[in-house]
Amino acid sequence: MTFQEITDIVAGRFPEFAVTAETKNPQPALIVPAESIAAVCRFLHEDQRFYFDYLACITAIDNGTTADTMELIYNLTSIPYGIDLTLKSIFPRNTAETTLPSVPTVSHIWRTADWHEREAYDLMGITFEGHPDLRRILLPEDWEGHPLRKDYDAQERYHGIYVRYEDGKPLEPSSHPDRV
Amino acid sequence: MHFKAISVPKSGIFKIFMSERIKTGDGGIILTNAEDLMNWARLSSLWPMGFGLACCAIEMMATYAANYDLERFGIMPRPSPRQSDVMIVAGTVTFKMADRIRRLYEQMPEPRYVISMGSCSNCGGPYWEHGYHVVKGVDRIIPVDVYVPGCPPRPEALIGGFMKLQEKIRGKQEAVPGLFLEMEAAGEKAVYPNLPI
Repeated sequence: MTFQEITDIVAGRFPEFAVTAETKNPQPALIVPAESIAAVCRFLHEDQRFYFDYLACITAIDNGTTADTMELIYNLTSIPYGIDLTLKSIFPRNTAETTLPSVPTVSHIWRTADWHEREAYDLMGITFEGHPDLRRILLPEDWEGHPLRKDYDAQERYHGIYVRYEDGKPLEPSSHPDRV
Repeated sequence: MHFKAISVPKSGIFKIFMSERIKTGDGGIILTNAEDLMNWARLSSLWPMGFGLACCAIEMMATYAANYDLERFGIMPRPSPRQSDVMIVAGTVTFKMADRIRRLYEQMPEPRYVISMGSCSNCGGPYWEHGYHVVKGVDRIIPVDVYVPGCPPRPEALIGGFMKLQEKIRGKQEAVPGLFLEMEAAGEKAVYPNLPI
Protein backbone atom coordinates (compact mmCIF):
# COMPACT_ATOMS: atom_id res chain seq x y z
CA MET A 1 0.00 0.00 0.00
CA THR A 2 1.40 3.36 -1.01
CA PHE A 3 1.55 6.48 1.08
CA GLN A 4 -1.01 8.17 -1.20
CA GLU A 5 -3.51 5.35 -0.67
CA ILE A 6 -3.12 5.59 3.11
CA THR A 7 -3.58 9.37 2.92
CA ASP A 8 -6.77 9.01 0.90
CA ILE A 9 -8.24 6.42 3.24
CA VAL A 10 -7.44 8.43 6.39
CA ALA A 11 -8.67 11.71 4.86
CA GLY A 12 -11.88 9.98 3.77
CA ARG A 13 -12.40 8.43 7.18
CA PHE A 14 -11.84 11.74 9.07
CA PRO A 15 -13.45 14.50 6.99
CA GLU A 16 -13.82 16.64 10.14
CA PHE A 17 -10.03 16.91 10.59
CA ALA A 18 -7.60 18.66 8.26
CA VAL A 19 -5.46 15.68 7.22
CA THR A 20 -2.70 16.72 4.84
CA ALA A 21 0.24 14.97 3.26
CA GLU A 22 3.78 16.31 3.30
CA THR A 23 5.65 14.71 0.42
CA LYS A 24 8.49 17.10 -0.34
CA ASN A 25 10.97 15.07 1.71
CA PRO A 26 12.15 11.52 1.00
CA GLN A 27 10.12 10.34 3.98
CA PRO A 28 6.51 11.47 3.39
CA ALA A 29 4.49 12.34 6.45
CA LEU A 30 0.82 12.52 7.22
CA ILE A 31 0.07 15.77 9.07
CA VAL A 32 -2.89 15.63 11.39
CA PRO A 33 -4.17 18.13 13.98
CA ALA A 34 -3.07 17.48 17.55
CA GLU A 35 -6.58 16.86 18.87
CA SER A 36 -7.15 14.04 16.33
CA ILE A 37 -4.00 12.06 17.12
CA ALA A 38 -5.69 9.45 19.30
CA ALA A 39 -8.61 8.89 16.93
CA VAL A 40 -6.39 8.62 13.84
CA CYS A 41 -3.97 6.29 15.62
CA ARG A 42 -6.75 4.01 16.80
CA PHE A 43 -8.08 3.82 13.23
CA LEU A 44 -4.61 3.07 11.80
CA HIS A 45 -4.05 0.45 14.49
CA GLU A 46 -7.37 -1.36 14.12
CA ASP A 47 -8.30 -1.05 10.44
CA GLN A 48 -7.73 -4.34 8.63
CA ARG A 49 -6.14 -2.58 5.65
CA PHE A 50 -3.23 -1.27 7.78
CA TYR A 51 -2.79 -3.03 11.12
CA PHE A 52 -0.17 -0.53 12.27
CA ASP A 53 0.60 -2.68 15.27
CA TYR A 54 4.05 -1.31 16.07
CA LEU A 55 4.89 2.18 17.28
CA ALA A 56 8.61 2.49 16.63
CA CYS A 57 9.20 5.94 18.06
CA ILE A 58 7.68 9.19 19.23
CA THR A 59 9.82 12.24 18.54
CA ALA A 60 9.15 15.66 20.01
CA ILE A 61 10.57 18.78 18.37
CA ASP A 62 10.65 22.35 19.62
CA ASN A 63 10.69 24.71 16.63
CA GLY A 64 11.70 27.64 18.80
CA THR A 65 10.09 30.88 19.81
CA THR A 66 10.23 32.41 16.32
CA ALA A 67 8.15 29.68 14.70
CA ASP A 68 6.31 29.30 18.03
CA THR A 69 5.35 25.69 17.32
CA MET A 70 6.16 22.25 18.59
CA GLU A 71 5.91 18.95 16.75
CA LEU A 72 5.26 15.34 17.57
CA ILE A 73 6.29 12.66 15.09
CA TYR A 74 4.98 9.11 15.34
CA ASN A 75 6.75 6.38 13.37
CA LEU A 76 4.37 3.51 12.78
CA THR A 77 5.06 0.11 11.26
CA SER A 78 2.64 -2.56 10.16
CA ILE A 79 4.38 -5.85 10.69
CA PRO A 80 1.72 -7.96 8.84
CA TYR A 81 1.79 -5.75 5.71
CA GLY A 82 5.37 -4.53 5.99
CA ILE A 83 4.50 -0.86 5.54
CA ASP A 84 5.68 2.21 7.43
CA LEU A 85 3.97 5.51 8.10
CA THR A 86 5.15 8.78 9.57
CA LEU A 87 2.50 10.71 11.40
CA LYS A 88 3.20 14.31 12.26
CA SER A 89 1.35 16.83 14.36
CA ILE A 90 2.23 20.52 14.70
CA PHE A 91 0.74 22.59 17.49
CA PRO A 92 1.44 25.94 19.15
CA ARG A 93 4.07 26.33 21.79
CA ASN A 94 3.35 27.67 25.25
CA THR A 95 5.02 30.67 26.86
CA ALA A 96 6.32 30.88 30.40
CA GLU A 97 2.95 32.16 31.59
CA THR A 98 0.63 29.73 29.80
CA THR A 99 0.14 26.04 30.49
CA LEU A 100 2.07 23.34 28.66
CA PRO A 101 0.68 22.17 25.30
CA SER A 102 -1.57 19.17 25.58
CA VAL A 103 -1.99 16.28 23.14
CA PRO A 104 -4.20 13.16 23.50
CA THR A 105 -2.25 10.10 24.64
CA VAL A 106 -1.86 7.01 22.48
CA SER A 107 -0.58 4.86 25.36
CA HIS A 108 -3.86 2.92 25.45
CA ILE A 109 -3.27 1.91 21.80
CA TRP A 110 0.44 1.05 21.99
CA ARG A 111 1.93 0.30 25.41
CA THR A 112 5.26 1.60 24.06
CA ALA A 113 3.86 5.11 24.00
CA ASP A 114 3.68 5.16 27.80
CA TRP A 115 7.40 5.75 28.34
CA HIS A 116 7.91 7.69 25.11
CA GLU A 117 5.28 10.17 26.18
CA ARG A 118 6.79 10.40 29.64
CA GLU A 119 10.13 11.23 28.02
CA ALA A 120 8.52 13.88 25.80
CA TYR A 121 6.90 15.35 28.89
CA ASP A 122 10.12 15.23 30.90
CA LEU A 123 12.44 16.83 28.37
CA MET A 124 10.09 18.89 26.17
CA GLY A 125 7.18 19.74 28.43
CA ILE A 126 4.35 18.33 26.34
CA THR A 127 1.50 16.92 28.41
CA PHE A 128 -0.56 13.98 27.23
CA GLU A 129 -4.24 13.89 28.08
CA GLY A 130 -5.36 10.58 29.49
CA HIS A 131 -1.86 9.25 30.13
CA PRO A 132 -2.03 6.79 33.06
CA ASP A 133 1.19 7.89 34.78
CA LEU A 134 2.64 11.12 33.44
CA ARG A 135 5.72 11.55 35.63
CA ARG A 136 9.28 12.51 34.74
CA ILE A 137 11.16 9.48 33.48
CA LEU A 138 14.83 10.57 33.31
CA LEU A 139 15.30 13.64 35.45
CA PRO A 140 14.70 13.74 39.20
CA GLU A 141 11.16 14.36 40.38
CA ASP A 142 11.95 17.81 41.75
CA TRP A 143 13.79 19.14 38.68
CA GLU A 144 12.65 22.51 37.39
CA GLY A 145 11.81 22.99 33.73
CA HIS A 146 12.09 20.89 30.60
CA PRO A 147 15.71 20.95 29.39
CA LEU A 148 15.40 20.26 25.65
CA ARG A 149 13.18 23.26 25.00
CA LYS A 150 14.79 26.12 23.12
CA ASP A 151 13.98 28.65 25.84
CA TYR A 152 15.27 26.44 28.66
CA ASP A 153 17.43 28.07 31.27
CA ALA A 154 19.04 25.79 33.84
CA GLN A 155 18.23 26.42 37.46
CA GLU A 156 21.02 27.91 39.57
CA ARG A 157 21.22 25.17 42.19
CA TYR A 158 19.91 21.66 42.63
CA HIS A 159 19.91 20.44 46.25
CA GLY A 160 22.48 23.10 47.07
CA ILE A 161 24.88 22.17 44.23
CA TYR A 162 25.63 24.78 41.59
CA VAL A 163 24.31 23.47 38.30
CA ARG A 164 26.46 25.55 35.95
CA TYR A 165 30.18 25.19 35.44
CA GLU A 166 30.73 28.79 36.54
CA ASP A 167 29.85 29.16 40.18
CA GLY A 168 26.59 31.00 40.44
CA LYS A 169 27.16 33.31 37.46
CA PRO A 170 24.47 33.31 34.79
CA LEU A 171 25.66 32.29 31.35
CA GLU A 172 26.03 34.95 28.68
CA PRO A 173 23.20 34.72 26.13
CA SER A 174 24.33 32.46 23.30
CA SER A 175 24.73 33.93 19.84
CA HIS A 176 24.00 30.56 18.22
CA PRO A 177 21.06 30.88 15.77
CA ASP A 178 19.21 28.02 17.45
CA ARG A 179 19.16 29.88 20.76
CA VAL A 180 18.25 33.35 19.49
CA MET B 1 50.67 5.98 74.48
CA HIS B 2 54.23 7.23 74.82
CA PHE B 3 56.65 6.26 72.11
CA LYS B 4 59.04 9.04 72.99
CA ALA B 5 60.99 6.60 75.16
CA ILE B 6 62.10 4.74 72.03
CA SER B 7 64.13 6.94 69.78
CA VAL B 8 62.90 6.27 66.25
CA PRO B 9 63.08 8.85 63.48
CA LYS B 10 59.59 9.70 62.24
CA SER B 11 60.54 9.48 58.62
CA GLY B 12 62.05 6.04 58.81
CA ILE B 13 59.31 3.52 58.42
CA PHE B 14 60.93 0.35 59.60
CA LYS B 15 64.17 -0.45 61.15
CA ILE B 16 64.58 -4.17 61.07
CA PHE B 17 67.00 -5.97 63.32
CA MET B 18 67.20 -9.48 62.04
CA SER B 19 70.11 -11.79 61.91
CA GLU B 20 71.08 -13.23 58.61
CA ARG B 21 70.96 -16.81 59.77
CA ILE B 22 68.29 -19.22 58.63
CA LYS B 23 64.94 -18.42 60.09
CA THR B 24 64.14 -20.31 63.21
CA GLY B 25 60.69 -19.01 63.88
CA ASP B 26 61.96 -17.02 66.86
CA GLY B 27 61.23 -13.86 64.94
CA GLY B 28 63.07 -10.59 64.80
CA ILE B 29 62.41 -7.14 66.07
CA ILE B 30 60.69 -4.38 64.13
CA LEU B 31 61.00 -0.91 65.53
CA THR B 32 58.65 1.76 64.28
CA ASN B 33 56.11 4.19 65.59
CA ALA B 34 52.42 3.51 65.70
CA GLU B 35 51.60 6.26 63.22
CA ASP B 36 53.81 4.85 60.49
CA LEU B 37 52.59 1.34 61.23
CA MET B 38 48.96 2.40 60.92
CA ASN B 39 49.65 4.33 57.75
CA TRP B 40 51.51 1.37 56.27
CA ALA B 41 48.60 -0.92 57.11
CA ARG B 42 46.11 1.50 55.59
CA LEU B 43 47.94 2.07 52.36
CA SER B 44 48.65 -1.61 51.87
CA SER B 45 45.03 -2.72 51.84
CA LEU B 46 42.94 0.02 50.28
CA TRP B 47 39.52 -1.47 49.72
CA PRO B 48 37.52 0.48 47.17
CA MET B 49 33.77 0.52 47.05
CA GLY B 50 32.55 -1.56 44.13
CA PHE B 51 30.52 0.74 41.97
CA GLY B 52 30.86 2.47 38.63
CA LEU B 53 28.87 5.19 36.93
CA ALA B 54 29.80 5.24 33.24
CA CYS B 55 32.44 4.19 30.72
CA CYS B 56 35.27 4.87 33.21
CA ALA B 57 33.90 1.90 35.14
CA ILE B 58 34.87 -0.34 32.21
CA GLU B 59 38.48 0.77 32.56
CA MET B 60 38.19 0.37 36.32
CA MET B 61 36.98 -3.20 35.85
CA ALA B 62 39.85 -3.84 33.47
CA THR B 63 42.19 -2.59 36.18
CA TYR B 64 40.73 -5.04 38.68
CA ALA B 65 40.94 -7.91 36.19
CA ALA B 66 43.80 -10.28 35.48
CA ASN B 67 45.92 -8.16 33.10
CA TYR B 68 46.45 -5.27 35.51
CA ASP B 69 45.44 -7.05 38.71
CA LEU B 70 44.90 -4.37 41.34
CA GLU B 71 44.97 -7.07 44.00
CA ARG B 72 48.76 -6.96 43.73
CA PHE B 73 48.46 -3.76 45.74
CA GLY B 74 45.99 -5.19 48.22
CA ILE B 75 43.17 -3.40 46.45
CA MET B 76 39.99 -5.40 46.14
CA PRO B 77 36.46 -4.08 45.66
CA ARG B 78 34.02 -4.38 48.53
CA PRO B 79 30.27 -4.70 48.11
CA SER B 80 29.40 -2.32 50.95
CA PRO B 81 30.44 1.23 51.84
CA ARG B 82 30.74 0.05 55.46
CA GLN B 83 33.71 -2.13 54.48
CA SER B 84 35.36 0.36 52.13
CA ASP B 85 38.30 2.71 52.57
CA VAL B 86 38.27 4.44 49.21
CA MET B 87 35.58 5.45 46.78
CA ILE B 88 36.47 5.51 43.08
CA VAL B 89 34.06 7.87 41.39
CA ALA B 90 34.36 6.29 37.96
CA GLY B 91 32.15 8.17 35.56
CA THR B 92 29.61 10.90 34.99
CA VAL B 93 27.96 12.14 38.18
CA THR B 94 24.43 13.26 37.41
CA PHE B 95 22.39 15.41 39.77
CA LYS B 96 20.07 12.47 40.27
CA MET B 97 23.05 10.38 41.43
CA ALA B 98 24.64 13.16 43.51
CA ASP B 99 22.50 12.57 46.59
CA ARG B 100 23.24 8.85 46.44
CA ILE B 101 26.97 9.41 46.13
CA ARG B 102 26.95 11.78 49.09
CA ARG B 103 25.05 9.23 51.15
CA LEU B 104 27.39 6.39 50.18
CA TYR B 105 30.37 8.57 51.12
CA GLU B 106 28.79 9.33 54.49
CA GLN B 107 28.27 5.62 55.10
CA MET B 108 31.98 4.85 54.70
CA PRO B 109 33.97 4.56 57.93
CA GLU B 110 36.82 7.00 58.51
CA PRO B 111 39.54 7.40 57.41
CA ARG B 112 38.00 7.45 53.95
CA TYR B 113 39.48 8.54 50.65
CA VAL B 114 38.05 9.49 47.27
CA ILE B 115 39.62 9.00 43.86
CA SER B 116 37.92 10.99 41.14
CA MET B 117 38.43 9.01 37.95
CA GLY B 118 38.07 10.65 34.54
CA SER B 119 37.15 14.05 33.18
CA CYS B 120 33.44 13.83 34.00
CA SER B 121 33.89 13.40 37.71
CA ASN B 122 36.90 15.76 37.76
CA CYS B 123 35.15 18.76 36.22
CA GLY B 124 32.08 17.70 34.23
CA GLY B 125 34.12 16.65 31.20
CA PRO B 126 32.35 17.04 27.85
CA TYR B 127 29.16 18.05 29.68
CA TRP B 128 30.69 21.16 31.21
CA GLU B 129 28.65 23.63 29.15
CA HIS B 130 25.44 22.06 27.90
CA GLY B 131 25.11 19.16 30.33
CA TYR B 132 22.29 20.48 32.47
CA HIS B 133 22.13 17.13 34.26
CA VAL B 134 25.82 16.66 35.14
CA VAL B 135 27.49 17.78 38.37
CA LYS B 136 30.51 19.83 37.23
CA GLY B 137 33.00 17.90 39.31
CA VAL B 138 32.33 15.42 42.11
CA ASP B 139 34.34 17.69 44.42
CA ARG B 140 31.24 19.87 44.58
CA ILE B 141 29.59 17.21 46.73
CA ILE B 142 32.38 15.24 48.45
CA PRO B 143 36.08 15.96 49.16
CA VAL B 144 38.45 14.39 46.63
CA ASP B 145 41.97 13.17 47.43
CA VAL B 146 43.29 12.20 44.00
CA TYR B 147 42.15 13.27 40.53
CA VAL B 148 42.92 10.87 37.68
CA PRO B 149 42.73 12.66 34.31
CA GLY B 150 41.62 10.95 31.12
CA CYS B 151 38.52 10.17 29.13
CA PRO B 152 38.52 7.45 30.22
CA PRO B 153 41.89 7.01 31.97
CA ARG B 154 43.83 3.90 31.07
CA PRO B 155 44.25 1.26 33.77
CA GLU B 156 47.85 2.43 34.26
CA ALA B 157 46.54 5.89 35.08
CA LEU B 158 44.16 4.52 37.70
CA ILE B 159 46.99 2.48 39.22
CA GLY B 160 49.02 5.70 39.20
CA GLY B 161 46.18 7.39 41.05
CA PHE B 162 46.22 4.67 43.69
CA MET B 163 49.97 5.05 44.09
CA LYS B 164 49.54 8.80 44.56
CA LEU B 165 46.94 8.06 47.20
CA GLN B 166 49.34 5.63 48.89
CA GLU B 167 52.01 8.33 48.94
CA LYS B 168 49.50 10.71 50.45
CA ILE B 169 48.57 8.26 53.19
CA ARG B 170 52.23 7.39 53.86
CA GLY B 171 53.09 10.95 54.78
CA LYS B 172 49.92 11.55 56.71
CA GLN B 173 49.78 12.34 60.41
CA GLU B 174 46.29 11.57 61.52
CA ALA B 175 44.98 14.37 63.67
CA VAL B 176 44.14 13.15 67.13
CA PRO B 177 40.66 14.26 68.10
CA GLY B 178 40.82 17.34 70.33
CA LEU B 179 38.50 15.77 72.88
CA PHE B 180 40.84 12.81 73.26
CA LEU B 181 43.77 15.13 73.92
CA GLU B 182 41.79 17.01 76.55
CA MET B 183 40.75 13.80 78.28
CA GLU B 184 44.30 12.53 78.22
CA ALA B 185 45.63 15.78 79.64
CA ALA B 186 42.98 15.85 82.35
CA GLY B 187 43.66 12.21 83.23
CA GLU B 188 47.43 12.62 83.44
CA LYS B 189 47.10 15.79 85.49
CA ALA B 190 44.95 13.88 87.94
CA VAL B 191 47.54 11.12 88.31
CA TYR B 192 50.67 13.27 88.06
CA PRO B 193 49.68 16.75 89.27
CA ASN B 194 53.18 18.14 88.69
CA LEU B 195 53.54 16.97 85.09
CA PRO B 196 54.18 19.94 82.82
CA ILE B 197 51.63 19.55 80.05
